[in-house]
Amino acid sequence: MSNGLTHPELVCPAGTPAALRAAVDAGADAVYCGLQNETNARNFPGLNFTPEELGAAVRHAHAHKAKVLLAVNTFPPAGRFALWRDALDLAARIGIDAVIVADIGVADYAAREYPGLRLHLSVQAGASSPEAIRYYCDRFGIKRVVLPRILTVAEIAAIHRQIPCEIEAFVFGNIGMMAEGRCSLTNYVTGVSTNMDGVCSPAADVHYEEDAERNLTIKLGPVVIDRIGGGQGAGYPTICKGRYLCGPRNDPYYAFEEPVSLNLSALLPDLVRAGVTALKIEGRQRSRAYVTAVVGAFRRAVDDVLAGREPPLADLIALTEGRKETTGAFGGKAWR
Amino acid sequence: MEIAVPERTAALTLGPVLFNWEAGRWRDFYFRIADEAPVDTVCIGEVICSKRAPFFEPHYEAVIERLTAAGKTVVLSTLAEVMIPLDRRMVESLCAAHDILVEANDGAALYHLRGRPHHVGPFMNVYNEATAAALARDGACHFCLPPELPASALRALCEQTRGLGVSVEVQVFGRASLALSARCYHARAHGRTKDSCRFVCEEDPDGLELRTLDGEPFLTVNGIQTLSRAYLNLVNELDELQSMGVACFRLSPHTCDMVEVATIFRSALDQRLSPDEATVRLAALLPDSSFSNGFYYRKPGRTWIAGARSG
Repeated sequence: MSNGLTHPELVCPAGTPAALRAAVDAGADAVYCGLQNETNARNFPGLNFTPEELGAAVRHAHAHKAKVLLAVNTFPPAGRFALWRDALDLAARIGIDAVIVADIGVADYAAREYPGLRLHLSVQAGASSPEAIRYYCDRFGIKRVVLPRILTVAEIAAIHRQIPCEIEAFVFGNIGMMAEGRCSLTNYVTGVSTNMDGVCSPAADVHYEEDAERNLTIKLGPVVIDRIGGGQGAGYPTICKGRYLCGPRNDPYYAFEEPVSLNLSALLPDLVRAGVTALKIEGRQRSRAYVTAVVGAFRRAVDDVLAGREPPLADLIALTEGRKETTGAFGGKAWR
Repeated sequence: MEIAVPERTAALTLGPVLFNWEAGRWRDFYFRIADEAPVDTVCIGEVICSKRAPFFEPHYEAVIERLTAAGKTVVLSTLAEVMIPLDRRMVESLCAAHDILVEANDGAALYHLRGRPHHVGPFMNVYNEATAAALARDGACHFCLPPELPASALRALCEQTRGLGVSVEVQVFGRASLALSARCYHARAHGRTKDSCRFVCEEDPDGLELRTLDGEPFLTVNGIQTLSRAYLNLVNELDELQSMGVACFRLSPHTCDMVEVATIFRSALDQRLSPDEATVRLAALLPDSSFSNGFYYRKPGRTWIAGARSG
């Protein structure tokens, strides 16, 4: 304890073994990662860990007093459950500190086979009320819930008082607009499922078409999801950040959300006061340099907040998508 | 507690009305369903937005009475997304109804329903046999599965839950729910927020159409929910679904003639109407609309594959 605040755990992304070492070096208290298959929600080519790499990562992190969390946070379709079971067996075998689960069947298997294995409830489970969280705690012994990015700080504080487990909240990175684990927009357009395959807006389906005036048309599969004028920057295209037309408006508009990133650094003291035990940074798909910069900046910011100093946060703005940021739902209900 | 669960094969279920219909229209819709539609089970309840519920709640009793008198099994569907105190109170009071089956669409409802017979709705992520088994141990006896599950998973799930004494339902008609959000996109389209929406969603009884920048119909906005623009239509797949062990088939209500939709599906299930004829008749009810069944074939959900087999 310092400054009346509990020391929050900084939970950082590791898409590769190199990013994991970078995050640990930059001051991560814990890193989270996934295997090279659809058992995790960032199943992208060139990303994630082999079982051997994961074992080495656990040894490296533990030697530096950091924890390793394994995301097994997708939904196995019937007939394919063995792959998810294998991931849990591996986690238990190599000493993973906690497994982040979303599927009820996966949580049930873990709780019954490995009662000593610590379970965190993934944001993909979409548990957004005290009752839903209590269901998972009672039923599967969940020790920590990763809250959906749809709650205000005041609501997080209220939930904290009504649940028997720790809270982890996202503070920085890409913000999806749809409730996590409850979106099949990508599957509707590409045939690849975010819930079952761990992929949102697969790169192989993203196409850019430039016309003579240098206007860029952005497509996912055959569907136009945005068109931008020459020279304008664009974030990574997803359906929920595209522009569309609808009845009451004649102009193309961001029907769901502008291409912004979540940045809650200014709300850090409030989040810690609200009872948040762990602060999560999104970005397993990001480079090692990005991880070093963001983790380092948040390490300093958290330490400053705990020491009662004003954290300098200007560097983080330069790292946000499209250089635009939001406090999202956390800032207040008007966002909704 | 005595709850009668019908033991018939190939039953039709009418899902809850997802849209913000004028309350009188909502009530009269269910009265007509009670009197005329060949459906076995009818789900009622506001599943999208707790702000809308007070309009419909005064009619629940009369609607339940009329449906029950007509021999329908009535199921109360809970909110799909539960966040604020109003949402939570609504789910708790619905789950407190002990003389009627409740369909859980969120973990909060599961919390309240544990230990007694209940249904699990399509907004819950039931993707596999392990999830179904864990929920069945807590009293779940019927699962309406998410629309994105492909045939291979439906088949495996039916096979591997056979010993559990549960029944499986699949949506076969109506726009497919694709996403939920904390934000109200109806309000956003009109420059408002969820708190200041003034119920603008009532202008769109089948949802608000989103078109791509090329003018192609793409998605449908219904408050916090995003649905497909195409109507899910699995009339071609009814035989295969039945052979897998799917016992119930869900029709999701729209403003088109739902008595006629139910009659078409009943006839198709009873082999009195070919799938092709059924689709022609459904298309006549929905001018300017398209059908989709891609999810079933593990293809983009928006696509329509005619005369295929899942393999």
